[in-house]
Amino acid sequence: MKDFRRTLLILVPYLWLLALFLVPFLIVVKISLSDIALARPPYLPQFSWADGIWSFLSQLDLENFAFLASDDLYWKAYLSSLRIALVSTLLTLLIGYPIAYGMARAPEEWRATLMMLVILPFWTSFLIRVYAWMGILSQEGFLNQFLLWTGLISTPLTILNTNTAVYIGIVYTYLPFMILPIYAALDRLDGSLIEAAEDLGCSRLSAFWLVTIPLSRNGIIAGSFLVFIPALGEFVIPSLLGGSGTLMIGKVLWEEFFSNRDWPVASAVAVVLLLILIVPIVLFQRNQQKQGDP
Amino acid sequence: MPQTKFAPWDDPNQKPLIRFENVTKRFGDFTAIEALTLDIYEREFFALLGPSGCGKTTMMRMLAGFEAPTSGRIELQGQDIASVPPNKRAVNMMFQSYALFPHLTIWDNIAFGLRRDRMPKHDLADRVEEMLKLVRLEQFARRKPHQISGGQRQRVALARSLAKAPKLLLLDEPLGALDKKLRQDTQFELMDIQEKTGTTFVIVTHDQEEAMTVASRVAVMDQGALMQVDTPEQIYEAPNSVYVADFIGDVNIIAGTAQPDADGVVMLNRAEGATPLRTRSEIAFAPGQPCHLAIRPEKIAISAERPEAADNMLQGKVMDIAYIGNLFTYHVELPDGSVIKAQTANTKRLASRSFTWEEPVWIAWTDSAGVLLDR
Ligand SMILES: Nc1ncnc2c1ncn2[C@@H]1O[C@H](COP(=O)(O)OP(=O)(O)OP(=O)(O)O)[C@@H](O)[C@H]1O
Ligand SMILES: [Mg+2]
Repeated sequence: MKDFRRTLLILVPYLWLLALFLVPFLIVVKISLSDIALARPPYLPQFSWADGIWSFLSQLDLENFAFLASDDLYWKAYLSSLRIALVSTLLTLLIGYPIAYGMARAPEEWRATLMMLVILPFWTSFLIRVYAWMGILSQEGFLNQFLLWTGLISTPLTILNTNTAVYIGIVYTYLPFMILPIYAALDRLDGSLIEAAEDLGCSRLSAFWLVTIPLSRNGIIAGSFLVFIPALGEFVIPSLLGGSGTLMIGKVLWEEFFSNRDWPVASAVAVVLLLILIVPIVLFQRNQQKQGDP
Repeated sequence: MPQTKFAPWDDPNQKPLIRFENVTKRFGDFTAIEALTLDIYEREFFALLGPSGCGKTTMMRMLAGFEAPTSGRIELQGQDIASVPPNKRAVNMMFQSYALFPHLTIWDNIAFGLRRDRMPKHDLADRVEEMLKLVRLEQFARRKPHQISGGQRQRVALARSLAKAPKLLLLDEPLGALDKKLRQDTQFELMDIQEKTGTTFVIVTHDQEEAMTVASRVAVMDQGALMQVDTPEQIYEAPNSVYVADFIGDVNIIAGTAQPDADGVVMLNRAEGATPLRTRSEIAFAPGQPCHLAIRPEKIAISAERPEAADNMLQGKVMDIAYIGNLFTYHVELPDGSVIKAQTANTKRLASRSFTWEEPVWIAWTDSAGVLLDR
């Protein structure tokens, strides 16, 4: 009886995963192996009991994956996504670390407020915040108006619809995901360790390199994955802030689905994206597990 | 070669290594150290003793450079060190919380300070091995701090602070987590190191026995002030206040009023009708001045018969007997209800204990056995 209850308890999360992840994923895999068709839904074959499972399976093929490999649009989109995700993760880290450090060093009574300020943007819709950036970055936007007013520039800068705007959007959106794990790591850090390092001959800076950075390593890694993984498949930010030159796999995926209505190719794109993401996700999980034993 | 006694504090020509000059430290409106003046000399083994929260760690932190005095001056070798950052001071500190780097192995923890000095690789390895051997942690060199016991961690912290062989070593309760045997060994080890290297030690301890064993001088602190700074013998034999007498070792405190007599003898009047107690005193007392007699239990003789002749003798009955190792401590109740502790060495076997409960006894002591205190 007890064993049964335990099995049940272990089973629940697996059922959850099965229902919400594995089944949809298998459906996507199935579509990626199908052919485009003018039908509803727009692909073939459809499974029917009359033909039987073998005739259904025999119609599936890897054509779409071969197509992805042959058309360099997709390669370029994947590579460009990887580059954009990597660069914006790095930027987020460079901006997020000092903020987290400042928060952890702030007087005790300020920390809760600072934390609130970091997560405050989550209280408004993500889409609205991206639209707000369009208002800020456009030719007649606030930023250009401000720079013109200060006299720093004489003609408005083109920022919106370029990769720069995409970087700004991603860094802005995912900054809290970087700050929070790093802050958690720095908050746990025992201040006397820094003192001990200085006592043993470290300058402030070398104590930071030799003690603070290594001891916040787990926070840095967690934050970087939390930014990198969603940034890689990001689609809203490049389609709203990016231009025609911005190539990201999320955008390609969206266009295949909704503009071309080519579900099978879109599914193939999604499957490959997921396979690419599995590597960092597994690495991330291992890092999280290692945190248990410091 | 004649052995001269090491007592630089008595020599007016000696320059102190450390000088606290009227140092006050406040945290907000809380005063942790109040107008403290103190000289510590080179090659001293200086012990800070005092109850929790009296400011011992705060003094260490000011010496190491982590706190600046609110007012006053701290000098190291005649130089004001207020503007010298911790990493530029020839001072190493062993932290009360150990502060071992959790991401480094024991070996790397000990090597940390040496690496900052860019010590050649070979010398560095030798030095680390030497330190590991000293604290008997050779087998644990490759472990991380969370993989060893509390006492082992304490030894790593000790080894790390010793590794750089600093001019001044600050040890904040360095041996608290060690068992008695290891503690004694390490105490002798420390004294040995001090002898060999000439390092000056300032050590914080809760263990008065430890302070008595290792220290050249002991400072007894209370609430941010120094109560007495003296050699262990002086602190024990000639405390300057009831506080110090009470803090160090076991003591009987008898309150009364002074009645000066000839030849530095002072009679201590207790309650009406009680026999006055005869004491020699270095300090002068005014007639009727309230004072306390502090007398150690081992200075009080106990006997069944009335002693032939004694400067002081009182009759009472045995109320309690404590047996610690080789010592008997008798708690003797006087007719007025007060209790005096008397201690005798256990020369006979346990079975033939000299006195039993409720037995009437005499206690006696000479007029120079105790000290008369005015505060
Ligand atoms: N940073 C600080 N802010 C406020 N008060 C402090 C601070 N550091 C120490 N104190 C206070 O100063 C007093 C002395 O502290 P300190 O750490 O020097 O005590 P201690 O003698 O080392 O005690 P223990 O034997 O328990 O280690 C304590 O009352 C403590 O609360
Ligand atoms: Mg302390």
